[in-house]
Amino acid sequence: MSKDIVLTQKKTPFSIFRHKLKQRKTAMIAGVFIVLLVLVAIFAPLVAPHDPFQTDYSISMMPPSFEYPAGTDLYGRDILSRIIYGARISLAVGFTSVLVGALAGVTLGIISGFFGGFLDGIIMRTSDVLFAFPGILLAIAIVAILGPGLVNVVVAVSVFSMPTFARIVRGSTLALKESLYVRAATSLGASKKRLMFVHILPGTLSGVIIYFTMRIGTSIITAASLSFLGLGAQPPTPEWGAMLAESRDYIGVADHMTIFPGIAIFLTVLFFNLFGDGLRAALDPKTK
Amino acid sequence: MLVVVSILAFAFVHLLPGDPARMMAGDDADQATIEMLRKELGMDRPLPVQYLTYMKNLATGDLGTSLRTKLPVFDEIMLRYGPTMYLAIMGMAWSVIIGVLFGAAAAIYNGKWQDYTAMMLSVSGISVPQFWLGLLAIQFFAVYLGWLPVAGYTGKFSELILPSFTLGATVAAVMARFTLSAFLDVLDEEYISTARAKGVVESLVMWKHAFRNALIPVVTMVGLQFGFLLGGSVVVETVFAWPGLGRYMIEAVGVRDYPVLQALLLLYSFHFVFINLLVDMVYALINPEIRYE
Repeated sequence: MSKDIVLTQKKTPFSIFRHKLKQRKTAMIAGVFIVLLVLVAIFAPLVAPHDPFQTDYSISMMPPSFEYPAGTDLYGRDILSRIIYGARISLAVGFTSVLVGALAGVTLGIISGFFGGFLDGIIMRTSDVLFAFPGILLAIAIVAILGPGLVNVVVAVSVFSMPTFARIVRGSTLALKESLYVRAATSLGASKKRLMFVHILPGTLSGVIIYFTMRIGTSIITAASLSFLGLGAQPPTPEWGAMLAESRDYIGVADHMTIFPGIAIFLTVLFFNLFGDGLRAALDPKTK
Repeated sequence: MLVVVSILAFAFVHLLPGDPARMMAGDDADQATIEMLRKELGMDRPLPVQYLTYMKNLATGDLGTSLRTKLPVFDEIMLRYGPTMYLAIMGMAWSVIIGVLFGAAAAIYNGKWQDYTAMMLSVSGISVPQFWLGLLAIQFFAVYLGWLPVAGYTGKFSELILPSFTLGATVAAVMARFTLSAFLDVLDEEYISTARAKGVVESLVMWKHAFRNALIPVVTMVGLQFGFLLGGSVVVETVFAWPGLGRYMIEAVGVRDYPVLQALLLLYSFHFVFINLLVDMVYALINPEIRYE
């Protein structure tokens, strides 16, 4: 008799999510790659075979070799080491700019959705105007005001991440505001602040997390593009976009200078996008 | 909307650090000369007055003069407008053709290798930085194979191929994803089951019934992505030394040529607003349901 009793494990939302994510092989591989990349970036001084700033004109633009696996650049600096140090910059810029954009966007979105009316009108019209501009143009305009440099690139990229976060959160806030549990909390006399941040905010987070991951890829590309255009990181900073800008004049002479930093950007962004896709599928209640 | 954008563009540009009058006068100019120049440029007046004057001149096609070349901004822009539009339209054509075909293939062979290949290519297309793709294209097709010119634009079609392809690649990837999801949505509709139940050949169901209806949302996407293409042209024009608006903008940022920047920002936003309007109109035209809603 007692054998028939089966203990069913309680399925928390998180365990379901973990199970779904594990089923997606590409997303898992992408996740592992991202973790590795973060580790490489953190431990760059230990991982990099050479000093990324050490110039040596006697080995200028050497093709890949055992000593310099990705070759050397115009000033004889080791490209692989520069790419490894560049990972720090790209990841930091990508992550901070999206984080700042998300914090501001989520706050504005909740306020907009919760209070509605005049505030909502102002916030949403402003985000419409920001939307009218493609990201890179807006970023260029902002960098034009603030002047070139990495910090200003972060500001520029966060500004154009903001409106989408605001919209996503506003949409789910509008839906959650009418939900039974929020009404119940209201009738129990919860303060507006508590309603907004304790009851509504967690419900909007899955959309925010998905977009956050997807956005990091876009931000890394935009930041690299700005550096390529000479508006972001300045030499001798080992930034991937800036490295490609330096390689431009040597196409056909030293191809490795173009190929390797580009692969670094491409793979990093690709894995963030694949991971984001996987997250979206895993957090979507419709998929099994 | 346009008024808001114009005020923003104006405010934006006047926030630029650095005094244009001082820059025009040169390093060794004395204070009196700078003041005189400022008066001449109308920059001693309050900002709202400057804005209204600007808008009044704008209505007559006067966008001011470039601080660098001293030529009318209007003429400078006109010179570069054609090449940029040519590039953007060609890029759009590529991306629609490639994106829709790949997206449709992925939908028809849903779950098979064609689907995975197309979607893998699509996510790669979204992840690749345009300037790197451009550099690789130059390296391969122009330097090694020697089939196409490296960069520049003198009016030949062959010079357009690499830049437009590079510009269209990201949008093609977005299009493919979007077409796939639109196509799959349509395949769930009842009229598809009806057609199949009637015994209509599968290829006819796909191309006649499903494909056409899947294209409706894709049209909206074309409009929305056109703005993205114009933004991307800034990068692609720089890579390919294309004499268009995007490269002009980067040059203007470099020398703080603020009348040029202001005019370009306005021109771009005008395009985005206009395109959105056009999309709404086209959408109503091809989808009769809209009018009743």
